[in-house]
Amino acid sequence: MINFQYARANDVADAVRQMSADPTAKFIAGGTNLLDLMKDDVEQPSRLIDISRLPLKTVEETTDGGLRIGALVPNSDLAYHPLVTQRYPMLGSAILAGASAQLRNMASTGGNLLQRTRCFYFYDTVTPCNKREPGSGCSAIKGINRINGILGTSEACIATHPSDMCVALAVLEAKVHVLGPSGARAIVFADFHRLPGDTPQRDTNLEANEIVTAVELPAQGFNKNYTYLKIRDRLSYAFALISVAVGLEMDGNTIRQARFALGGVAHKPWRNTAAEGALNGQTANQETFMRAADLVLHDAKGFEHNAFKIDLARRTIVRALTQAAKGTPQSQSNKKIA
Amino acid sequence: MAPKNTVTQVNTQAPQKILVEFIVNGAETKLNVAPWTTLLDALREHLDLTGTKKGCDHGQCGACTVLVDGRRVNSCLTLAVMKDGAKVTTIEGLATNGALHPLQQAFIDHDAFQCGYCTPGQICSAAGLIAEGKAKTPDEIRELMSGNICRCAAYPNIVAAIQQAMGSS
Repeated sequence: MINFQYARANDVADAVRQMSADPTAKFIAGGTNLLDLMKDDVEQPSRLIDISRLPLKTVEETTDGGLRIGALVPNSDLAYHPLVTQRYPMLGSAILAGASAQLRNMASTGGNLLQRTRCFYFYDTVTPCNKREPGSGCSAIKGINRINGILGTSEACIATHPSDMCVALAVLEAKVHVLGPSGARAIVFADFHRLPGDTPQRDTNLEANEIVTAVELPAQGFNKNYTYLKIRDRLSYAFALISVAVGLEMDGNTIRQARFALGGVAHKPWRNTAAEGALNGQTANQETFMRAADLVLHDAKGFEHNAFKIDLARRTIVRALTQAAKGTPQSQSNKKIA
Repeated sequence: MAPKNTVTQVNTQAPQKILVEFIVNGAETKLNVAPWTTLLDALREHLDLTGTKKGCDHGQCGACTVLVDGRRVNSCLTLAVMKDGAKVTTIEGLATNGALHPLQQAFIDHDAFQCGYCTPGQICSAAGLIAEGKAKTPDEIRELMSGNICRCAAYPNIVAAIQQAMGSS
């Protein structure tokens, strides 16, 4: 880890000001990803601006029946918040599927959105990586790419976004509130993270010197028919090979409205509205679910070590849709998959 | 382009030390540390509290787990300067008046270790787990203790020890 300066932000506007004054500074909140990357010299900020004391730690109901989650609410507090467990259990489940209890106690809501990929080559500073060192090449495409993406990849980058929480936020169609030098704005979740294209160094559409202040959930929480199903190499404390978040509105055995997103497959949580549309108005059964899975995976492309993910994704989608339709969401403590 | 393995910015200034005032195991503590000092290094190298262990130093093994304001965290991924004003409890601070904490006694009763290197982190993590009150069943204990790796694989005995301590707390 290189030496750096340390400063505290007095308020959110001060944080933006301090960041604008130093292009090589970084915000630090939970620090669980940033300090890890700094220890490996992947991140080398000249200055850390400590935002952890800013008043962004509340979860509040909005006037239209939604929820506004402060950017500094710790992941564990959010997962267990009564309004989340009652109204947005898919979100709580997704958060509890990720990391460890210690890390969830530390990691913030905003930081979860902004965490970097766990692609081996992004962390390994002796190998080329376009995300870490633009223009140097992608080592994963012909390397050990078992954990890498199968959808929306580019010739420059096949990294995946590692978050579980964000997969649920994609299904819930959250909004990300940010503040920058030119004021506040809201970014719809589908536009927050980017595909790699030829600029994989940019994970999100945050502009320079902008800070995440809150994540807002609309009223619709899919709290009856939902699941978060995560498939990984260990039963706990491992990143997803494939994960699927599902929210359904059911009318008997007929699907009135369907949303689902995949984690572990792309540079952002992956939704396919055509596949969701193919579920609407249909009877919930294996055939319907297979059709939706085929639509999602039609353009999937595997690499030497991760082609298995395409079939795994198909089966995980079908299983997750089945769990959600039955109203039997995946438990995050008893790992038996029903 | 050839891969680079270079640190692109080297700050050659003398370390700018920052005063941290916090309560460590009940004692008011003042410390001047460089900003890049982790809480783990502050405890071990500056305060001689070597009960907290450095395992992976990347938040993956849990050996460095301590309680900050009653919550279990990885001290290796925490900057000491960010914990100014906090209350930190390490394995050395769990016993009261010479009497072992119920978790310490339970780990002995159940032989919940072999080499012992992960044990301080396991016990601090279990203390956090019990305070959180979310784990009731062995499945839940296993899941919510998954941030603490035991390479001797004493897991069944660790779960049994935590169950015993939960019953007595």
